[in-house]
Amino acid sequence: MTMKVGSRQVDGVVIVDCSGRITLGEGSVILRDTVRDLLSKGNKKIVLNLQDVNYIDSSGIGELVSAFTTTKNQGGELKLLNLTKKVNDLLQITKLYTVFDVKDDEPSAVKSFK
Amino acid sequence: MTEQRVSYTLDSSLETIDNAEEKATRFASELGFGDDEVMQISMAVREGAVNAVLHGNAYAPDKKVILAFERTGSELVITIRDQGKGMDLSKIPNPLAPENLLKTSGRGIFLMRSFMDVVEIRPSSTGTELKLIKHVHGPTAGGKEASQ
Repeated sequence: MTMKVGSRQVDGVVIVDCSGRITLGEGSVILRDTVRDLLSKGNKKIVLNLQDVNYIDSSGIGELVSAFTTTKNQGGELKLLNLTKKVNDLLQITKLYTVFDVKDDEPSAVKSFK
Repeated sequence: MTEQRVSYTLDSSLETIDNAEEKATRFASELGFGDDEVMQISMAVREGAVNAVLHGNAYAPDKKVILAFERTGSELVITIRDQGKGMDLSKIPNPLAPENLLKTSGRGIFLMRSFMDVVEIRPSSTGTELKLIKHVHGPTAGGKEASQ
């Protein structure tokens, strides 16, 4: 299953609903293009909802890191929401769980932006 | 326990990476590994295939990736060989070091080592051979003979 994304605005925060696989190739490219497009339009508060992301590889992890740093470098914030167990485990073993701001529910994620 | 071995010669393409992952999933499932272990094995193979296709063969159309699965008495042994220049392992930084946490690459070998019982990498001037081993626990479902 390839990666699909859809974005929506909630109280000034963009929620990007991701589904499928974030892997080398199409999945990583779609995520990269989506975040860059949002930033280019002035969206600085971004939440990646990974509830339906069932697989991610090292390239996908790299793409999450890239999205995080790119957003930060442009004065924005990118947070992760609703990690599946697989993605959560991967972020734990790569120690990235301490880097990302990870939220478990959407209202908290939206409210957490200053 | 029966022993079995299958080997595939694959192109240096993105499709090969997905293909290798699918084959690993099927082979590991047929050997009776649990869902979590199947995922770990398939991800390790995917990362190995990424290294072979991208960093080893650099997508060169004349270079192949050799993928082999072998079930010995107590182990699943997976070998991935490329025909690239070989890799300098000393140049692969620790992805868990604080200064490397925000790097966008360099986690593939770390993930393989996290998921497999043994990871051996033999670089040479004619390519790199990666060996991934997972110990087989408990009764297995066996598997059908296959070759390609």
